Amino acid sequence: MTDIHAEIDAIPGVDPYAPLLQVSDLHVEFRTRDGVARAVNGVNFFLRPGETLAILGESGCGKSVTAQAVMGILDTPPGYITRGEVHYRGVDLLRLPEEARRKVRANRIAMIFQDALSALNPVYSVGFQLGELFRVHRGMSRSDAKKRSIELLDQVRIPAARQRIGDYPHQFSGGMRQRVMIAMALALDPEVLIADEPTTALDVTVQAQIMGLLAELQRQRNMGLILITHDMGVVADVADRISVMYAGRIVEEAPVYDIYARPAHPYTKALLDSIPRLDMKGQQLSVIRGLPPALTDLPRGCAFHPRCAFAQDACRRDPAPPPYHIAPGRTSRCHFWNEVAGL
Amino acid sequence: MSELVLETKGLVKHFPISRGVVGKSKVGAIRAVDGVDLQLRRGETLGVVGESGCGKSTLAKLLVGLEKPSDGSIMVRGEDMVRLRGGDLRRARRHIQMVLQDPYTSLNPRMTVGDIVGEPFEIHRDVVKRGARPRAVQELLDIVGLNPDHVNRYPHQFSGGQRQRIGIARALALRPEIIVCDEPVSALDVSIQAQVINLLEALQKEFGLSYIFIAHDLSVVRHIADRVAVMYLGKIVETGPHIYERPTHPYTQALLSAVPVPDPRLRGRRNQIVLEGDVPSPANPPSGCRFRTRCWKAQKVCADREPLLHPRERSEHPSACHFAEPRHVIL
Repeated sequence: MTDIHAEIDAIPGVDPYAPLLQVSDLHVEFRTRDGVARAVNGVNFFLRPGETLAILGESGCGKSVTAQAVMGILDTPPGYITRGEVHYRGVDLLRLPEEARRKVRANRIAMIFQDALSALNPVYSVGFQLGELFRVHRGMSRSDAKKRSIELLDQVRIPAARQRIGDYPHQFSGGMRQRVMIAMALALDPEVLIADEPTTALDVTVQAQIMGLLAELQRQRNMGLILITHDMGVVADVADRISVMYAGRIVEEAPVYDIYARPAHPYTKALLDSIPRLDMKGQQLSVIRGLPPALTDLPRGCAFHPRCAFAQDACRRDPAPPPYHIAPGRTSRCHFWNEVAGL
Repeated sequence: MSELVLETKGLVKHFPISRGVVGKSKVGAIRAVDGVDLQLRRGETLGVVGESGCGKSTLAKLLVGLEKPSDGSIMVRGEDMVRLRGGDLRRARRHIQMVLQDPYTSLNPRMTVGDIVGEPFEIHRDVVKRGARPRAVQELLDIVGLNPDHVNRYPHQFSGGQRQRIGIARALALRPEIIVCDEPVSALDVSIQAQVINLLEALQKEFGLSYIFIAHDLSVVRHIADRVAVMYLGKIVETGPHIYERPTHPYTQALLSAVPVPDPRLRGRRNQIVLEGDVPSPANPPSGCRFRTRCWKAQKVCADREPLLHPRERSEHPSACHFAEPRHVIL
């Protein structure tokens, strides 16, 4: 077995001491018959080993597209990365030659998806799909690959892994399928795991099992985790830092405690206020008026201004509010962040 | 207390499992709903919670007559819906309507909004006279917060939240007393969810509606429901107005403790109960208490004797557990 990791470290520009993952000024657009949909409009974030970054947002805010662009699985056409950089340990993955890029992504960055049933191949057994990773990327023999696959299924706590290795995806329950997908993602020991709504399709008790498992595996491996979700409960439970997305931009980023205690962007504040809480029983829930904007026709200035209670004339004019630095590790793209945060 | 508008007794739905193509033989049954008693009063909201496969959606279909129960009765205004036939059944069905989960697939894409909302009048012709129907449809759209001038638009021209409003308008058309809402906000984003929940609550006050509100999102149910019934494998295991504050059934406790709380300060301080394994198959539920295979309190008696749903020494509300006692769960 050639040492793939030595090979990756030898790629020109790869610096093991450079930041694990750094995304800068990422732009993605979809060219459709109805016009150009600007799904991601200048996204910046970074990820350190062992930490959990949550990217929080509602449908269509661009959170999944961001992940797809980082992972290199954006559907092109219609999706195009028009600007930006995705640095892994100092090299820009978007500009790396194809072969080197594939090596990095296969071995260092992995992704799990919401719907395990459609992410797994229905016509191959779970053991075959797992073993394939070891055979193709690690050059293992069939029997070694099988042994490793069983170990992995054990690690993600699938009962009787040895007996179930020949089973097909449909023979597993939803929670067990999600475990299989986690096993596949972790097979090649990635440093970065991107989880796109990993528990959205699951029941709460199963969700608790899966999130517990992910946290444990992350700790053991000191893996950086990007959790893409719309669920503010899950985020509060596991994230270290949060980036809130709206209309293709990160409108607020902050350490998890700060954002829940004192949101500094009106959108974040409105989202938190619209969760039903115990002390709200019998009262009207506060709502965000209107609808998210069409990505083909984004409002001028701040994209949130048509729905915002704080909006003034400045918000309706281009350019959009810049990310104001309001505290270490905290930014808000709102001209009136101090008013919103009550500072 | 206001009057009873809906009462089920011993409601059962078994789906047969058959084997063979020629000469099919019945080899068992999925016990989707297995003996459910519930009551609903005027103006009240009963929340039904439980995980996938617990039978809550089958229960909803039974209540509105989309499935025929294998046994039991559904009394609406003193009439047993299960035994009514023909015109009597059709008239009785007006009183109980339904809002479905997915606003994308539950509206016919080839029908205009006006036709969708007005369709109930085509089936129940004596409710509104033909000439008055367009007006009635526009009124309904107005009631649910849609522009009455949009009657000629098609569902795809509306957002998810607006489509759910169309579904609600359709359910309101026959002026029912009861609306069964099956996961009405699950497909919607948080900011839109709140709008729909507020609408449902406003309509309830205005028309004195009673709701059966089925959902897997426990915080939404806590907000809207007066009473909650927790289902597990086809049975109600606990029911009452204070399920969230004082859960006494171990399953309810586990379910509530698994709900992530949107407050990072509580992280690691909630002593979560993480259940092992999966829900057993409803084709072959465990003997005695159906939760015993995953329960940390299970004793021999739990396998031998089925705990019935009634108040217990340490549980003021009905709880189907031999060892029911309250446990504080941080929510």
